[in-house]
Amino acid sequence: MAILEAEHICKSFSRTEALKDISFSLEKGQALSIIGSSGSGKTTLLRCLNFLETPDKGVIRVNNEVLFDAEDPSTRQESAIRKKRLHFGLVFQSFNLFPQYTALKNVMLARELLASEQADYKARKKEIQEEIRAEAESLLMKMGLSNRKDNYPHQLSGGQCQRVAIARALALKPDILCFDEPTSALDPELTGEVLKVIRELADDNTTMVIVTHEMAFARDVADHVIFMDDGSIVEQGDPIQVFEHPAEERTRQFLSKVTI
Amino acid sequence: MGQIMEQMPIVVDALNVGFLQTLKLFFVTLIGAFPLGLVIAFGSMSRFRPLSYLSKFVVWIIRGTPLMIQLLIIYYFPGLVLHNPIWGGGEAGRFLAASVSFILNYACYFSEIYRGGIQGVPVGQEEAGLVLGMTRSQIFFKITLLQMIKRIVPPMSNEIITLVKDTSLARIIALQEIIWAGQAFMKGSHGISGAIWPLFFTAVYYLIFNGILTMLLGRLERKLDYFR
Ligand SMILES: Nc1ncnc2c1ncn2[C@@H]1O[C@H](COP(=O)(O)OP(=O)(O)OP(=O)(O)O)[C@@H](O)[C@H]1O
Ligand SMILES: [Mg+2]
Repeated sequence: MAILEAEHICKSFSRTEALKDISFSLEKGQALSIIGSSGSGKTTLLRCLNFLETPDKGVIRVNNEVLFDAEDPSTRQESAIRKKRLHFGLVFQSFNLFPQYTALKNVMLARELLASEQADYKARKKEIQEEIRAEAESLLMKMGLSNRKDNYPHQLSGGQCQRVAIARALALKPDILCFDEPTSALDPELTGEVLKVIRELADDNTTMVIVTHEMAFARDVADHVIFMDDGSIVEQGDPIQVFEHPAEERTRQFLSKVTI
Repeated sequence: MGQIMEQMPIVVDALNVGFLQTLKLFFVTLIGAFPLGLVIAFGSMSRFRPLSYLSKFVVWIIRGTPLMIQLLIIYYFPGLVLHNPIWGGGEAGRFLAASVSFILNYACYFSEIYRGGIQGVPVGQEEAGLVLGMTRSQIFFKITLLQMIKRIVPPMSNEIITLVKDTSLARIIALQEIIWAGQAFMKGSHGISGAIWPLFFTAVYYLIFNGILTMLLGRLERKLDYFR
């Protein structure tokens, strides 16, 4: 059964039609790669999934629950959106770590704030905080950053920052973790360490949507690939099919321009 | 030289009184201009056009004209032109008029600093917070506020140091601050007349006070140095 279904998503900015009738679905535990040239709408699509943009048309369902329906204004309420966002995690191209907090605190902060709204928070404060800290530490360990947990973002390399950002997104246990070109802001020698942790997440069957320009990585890691051009899905299928036997001329052209 | 040493205790006593008035104007201006500046900053960033135009217009007028003229207009205009001397007479009235002028003037400068601080925080910070399920107020208090303060402190320090010296402009409406007190010894006061050195000596007060402020503000700036 599909964990995520997006149907007929359309999104226009004042002059550009960034998304034109996008529909796709994603199975639980699978990794979806979205590839496509600059300006094709990949970021806009991820931002719609994370409610940073509101689609003009379309429906978004997670686990059969309608999170967004452009026809149904009640799904647009700010208070409701906040909870719905938690189904998704988003790792940004530029990390967007909180500079005033250590790596560990970056990972813990959102969980702490959520926990503080719990009814039994006051009574079990110590216990809850210990639990959050332990989980954050184990996430950082998984990212290979145990010895960096007390460093501030400016003391970390780009690759380390991005791994903290991944841990921060994982801390809320999202159903679907989205990546927007997670290695594009990194020096080439640092991309490997970030791709490695994403690969490990894929091996653990984390449900992911990965926008990337790393074609070899997309082919290896993804269970499913979507090629977008000019706001539309041109072609989708399993990686072998899309990369080795593209059916569409536009896909072929795009793949011939990028080196694998 | 010997004469100066003789006059010194009398002069210092008088200058102290004047400097107290200087300090009063300084702190009252800060207390008023910090919040008013924030109001003007939010006004000029408002999506409600008339409000943002009005805020920007006020800032343009205030920053485009000398504080000295603003002082004169605010103090004399109600009484001389409108025949409604709202400030009342005497030192209290002058202090009130000076305070209003300084607060309005500095609030406009502060508003631009606030605006730079608020807009200087990358949108990615707010978006990261939203994606992590934080409320707008959690994002403001836990994430953006400190980053704004860090951006605001250095330009704010400059303005505060400038304010210390700008208080001397209130002399133009005869507020009895330290310059006024120093100048009094030229015409004659406390049995001393024709002495210009007390006026020069007021510089020492400004220097020492600004030295202390620079140290405190520098300390605050270093406190926020732990992140970038
Ligand atoms: N906030 C916005 N306002 C106006 N136009 C926008 C906005 N965001 C995106 N666009 C436009 O929408 C289109 C799709 O942009 P998007 O960022 O989604 O592309 P992308 O596939 O992520 O590109 P890249 O590979 O360069 O990141 C572009 O033409 C872009 O200029
Ligand atoms: Mg993009």
